[in-house]
Amino acid sequence: MTTATSSSALTPAAYAELSAIALRVREHILRLSTDGGCFTGASLSCADLFVFLYARFLRINYERLDDPERDYLLLSKGHDVPALYGTLAELGWIPIERLSNHLKTNDFIYWHPNRHVPGVEFHSGSLGHLPAVGVGIALDIKLRGASNRVVVVTGDGELDEGSVWEALLVASAYRLDNLVIVVDRNHFQANVRTEELIPLEPMAPKFEAFGCAVARIDGHDFSQMEAAFSRLPFEEGKPSVIIADTVRGKGVPSIEARADRWFCNFSAEEVEALLRELHGEARAQLTSETLTVR
Amino acid sequence: MNYQELIRQTALRDERVVVMTAENRAVLRELPPVLGPRFVDVGIAEQTMIGAAAGLALRGRIPICHALAPFLIYRAYEFVRTDVGIAHLPVKLSSWIAGFLSEANGPTHQAIEDVALMRAIPGMTVFCPADEADMLAMLPAIWASPDPAYVRLIVRKTDYAHAPFEIGKAEVVSEGSDVTLLVYGLLFEEARQTARLLEQQGWSVGLINMRSLKPVDEEAILRAAQTSRRLVTIEDHLLTGGLYSIVAETLLKHRQTADVLPLALQERWFRPALLADVLAFEGFTAERMAQRIAAQPER
Repeated sequence: MTTATSSSALTPAAYAELSAIALRVREHILRLSTDGGCFTGASLSCADLFVFLYARFLRINYERLDDPERDYLLLSKGHDVPALYGTLAELGWIPIERLSNHLKTNDFIYWHPNRHVPGVEFHSGSLGHLPAVGVGIALDIKLRGASNRVVVVTGDGELDEGSVWEALLVASAYRLDNLVIVVDRNHFQANVRTEELIPLEPMAPKFEAFGCAVARIDGHDFSQMEAAFSRLPFEEGKPSVIIADTVRGKGVPSIEARADRWFCNFSAEEVEALLRELHGEARAQLTSETLTVR
Repeated sequence: MNYQELIRQTALRDERVVVMTAENRAVLRELPPVLGPRFVDVGIAEQTMIGAAAGLALRGRIPICHALAPFLIYRAYEFVRTDVGIAHLPVKLSSWIAGFLSEANGPTHQAIEDVALMRAIPGMTVFCPADEADMLAMLPAIWASPDPAYVRLIVRKTDYAHAPFEIGKAEVVSEGSDVTLLVYGLLFEEARQTARLLEQQGWSVGLINMRSLKPVDEEAILRAAQTSRRLVTIEDHLLTGGLYSIVAETLLKHRQTADVLPLALQERWFRPALLADVLAFEGFTAERMAQRIAAQPER
């Protein structure tokens, strides 16, 4: 395994801009955490990753989604879709106002991604599917001799599903070095810490044993992301895996790394308090319980 | 009494009971310390849960497997069919948020073919209680049976006082000569209100809570077809293979025919939203169902 160094090409200004976008994405996530709610914690953990991927890495022009040369991002841990929609809204893919249609029957902004929203390549919600779908897209790209990259974002609990590992075996057998698996390693499954239930560590050697080249980074540090993603593929002929260590609920200390903050449906007042907390003001007082959605 | 408490009492009384989940433990969260090693959470690995349940059952255990409906039976379907079905093991599938109860999760979470798929497995039994009290009345008999079983769980409360449960028997709430509503699960409460609305318009309305879809209460279906001018099947399930199919199969088997209006989902996923909005959008509120029934011309 390699570890990312901070020898990044990111200027301080670029870093600050990514941070500013990510802060606004987190605001969107918190605003979606009421009136029915959403998977707040898992969305906050990967907000920085999405912002980096869409703003810095992916070669996708949202006005030319039919471009055969463009990259793909497949969101396999579909429940963190508020982070994706927040990112797409901030980067102009969808109107920000559309987020207010959350859970309404006049739109398709619900708890999991779907292709009624531009930028969503494939629906998800059932874990462990998109590594395989990504293999198919990557195979086609290889068949065409093209250079598009396919990024699949998975959760860490999602790695429990055997289908993830089947897909890796196939990706390795077919030498799909255009496939990148990004693991949002937030250390939680729905209701428990991964290591207290079905331990996943040591994680990197598992991927290496399945024929992948692996890097492990801090998933909230844009410089480390820049360093890792700019080196892809890590090894010719091998799928790449980036394990991004993150914090569930990142940015909002009252819900950070708490098993009981999985699916959140806060009151409007709590959301306002959480927004203040996100901006480093007073800590929020929460009384709403997590819901039993999963 | 609630679902978790019923499991707790059952498991404490019967050492054979093992509670399993694929990290859908939110409604079972108090059980791990009580049941110790007889609470098995396999993580997000439904196929392994069902395979392991078969292994436990082979050794004389009665596994109660609790998971979100689509992953419990779609992800693991071949394991259910092959490991539980072929061996006819007493594995009890507890299916969380089936049908409209998946609300705003979207099609990946919509178990609206579950009745069709589960009743297709030889020897599998299928149950859909109407509300929490109905479920609590039904589960003990289901868990005591030697058969594999699939249950659509429901923890919503209604004020209806249910009759005792017997496997293979429907609950006839009322009989009527104009129309009989045959319903299961979540939509029972809406159908009750629909019956009231139709009665206010002068209709004579029957209402049957199907409860046991396999084995099904053929006698109740046949009697309704004979005493009512029309039947309506009501289900948060695809038209294919659900209650409408069951009624059709039952009538044909007994060389009968009837005027049957199906209220079901037809060849599409339902619009994801919070439950009340789903019912309104899909036409399953009491008012909309009454309108749909009244608007249907008699043959």
